[in-house]
Amino acid sequence: MAFETKNIAKNQLLEEVQTLKNKGYRFVTMSCVDLGDSFDLLYHFELNMQLKHLRITLLKNDTAPSISGIFLAAFLIENESKDHFGVNFEGMALDFGGHLYLEDEVKKFPFCKVTVSKNETAGEGA
Amino acid sequence: MMSTIVPFGPQHPVLPEPLHLKLVLENEIVKEALPTLGYIHRGLETLASIKDMDQMIQVVERVCGICSCIHAHTYCMCIEGLMGVEVPKRADYLRLIWSELHRMHSHMLWFGLLADAFGMESLFMHVWRLRERVMDVMEATAGNRVIISVNKIGGVRRDLSPDQTRWILQVVNELEQELDKIKPVLTNDYTVRKRTVGVGVLTYQQAYDLGAAGPTLRGSGVAQDVRLIRYGAYKDLDFEPVIEKEGDSWARTMVRFRELYQSIDLIRQLIAKLPGGEIETKVKGKPEGEIVCRAEQPRGEVLYYVKGTGKKYLDRVRIRTPTFANVPPLLAMLPGSEMADVPVIALSIDPCISCTER
Repeated sequence: MAFETKNIAKNQLLEEVQTLKNKGYRFVTMSCVDLGDSFDLLYHFELNMQLKHLRITLLKNDTAPSISGIFLAAFLIENESKDHFGVNFEGMALDFGGHLYLEDEVKKFPFCKVTVSKNETAGEGA
Repeated sequence: MMSTIVPFGPQHPVLPEPLHLKLVLENEIVKEALPTLGYIHRGLETLASIKDMDQMIQVVERVCGICSCIHAHTYCMCIEGLMGVEVPKRADYLRLIWSELHRMHSHMLWFGLLADAFGMESLFMHVWRLRERVMDVMEATAGNRVIISVNKIGGVRRDLSPDQTRWILQVVNELEQELDKIKPVLTNDYTVRKRTVGVGVLTYQQAYDLGAAGPTLRGSGVAQDVRLIRYGAYKDLDFEPVIEKEGDSWARTMVRFRELYQSIDLIRQLIAKLPGGEIETKVKGKPEGEIVCRAEQPRGEVLYYVKGTGKKYLDRVRIRTPTFANVPPLLAMLPGSEMADVPVIALSIDPCISCTER
């Protein structure tokens, strides 16, 4: 359960993931964390029930390489992250186009943090 | 040959889960399957921004009713890990007694659904009658039948009296005898074998590479069970993962059936070794840092990633549920199978779409 991540640059991701696959690791899942102006993408892998974690930090308007070409199972979580956070992935094996869960009428990425500004004048004169 | 696309689900008579599959068929043979999700997406993870760390227990318990106890246990392990809280040993044991009871009722629920899918109504009702015994135990010991809400950060909310532990032992002993009676039906019956043997085969390599979890993984011969990382009181228990090697729907069925006996054995061990003492540690403060915790649910491994920043609300709660992991393997099982076998193959991974979409 200890949590140590290997921080890597975006352009190192595919190489690192391929290296892990060659060593026998399997893909468990990915976690996306909204940091405000960027995302943390944490990739969780496993070998003999020991976890290994890779982390890339991605600017919100940037694009991450899809690892679904290496681990096909990643297509589902990449599509989920695209729906929830608006993370852009390049080269997904199966791309639902932001509609894995969400319908057309959803205009905002529901898991992104939003700033709520209080309207100071609301209610005056009531 | 011309292909036909047939929609399967989200409402289907033998699959009470809102999973939609687009099946590409040639004659009656499935060539490709594509999933469509989103029918019950609730966005539960985002509630972390408006519910404090204690209230989030009630949220994670509602990711899935059937696995609710283990969801809460895993979430509590995360918070306790972040805050350095040591849970009393008795609480660790009590958590696992209820967890294994949950595994039993989940597997028996699934057996009933599988029997119903075959059209074996009497087996369906017989297995669910047995499941009621487990539900009675949970109702009597925790106050609820499904979402039992016994876990809290630092321990458990309820204790078991000596009378209750004796009664639980009596119930599991009786259930073991009843399961012995069902076993020939599952292992020898023509219908069960005809509908499952060689149906929906997932090879060892496919299961491993596609990230399968739980009985779906172990049914393909991979000896992996997250309980082996010995979280909680599992470090004091003696058990081996249940595996079958065929990788078909039959193998996944038998893994779950044998796991019922395994759970009975684990409950006996837990009660025999149940230590005395407190059942909770008082917890104060706000969690800070990141942690990943895993646990073995009836359907397979659940993974929680939790990030706290020392504030009232957690920064992120991410949940990877077992059915989410088993969707890609399901898509690999379907090609080559007959259309009529699709419901049974889909059922064989024990799908829980409310988990998958959260």
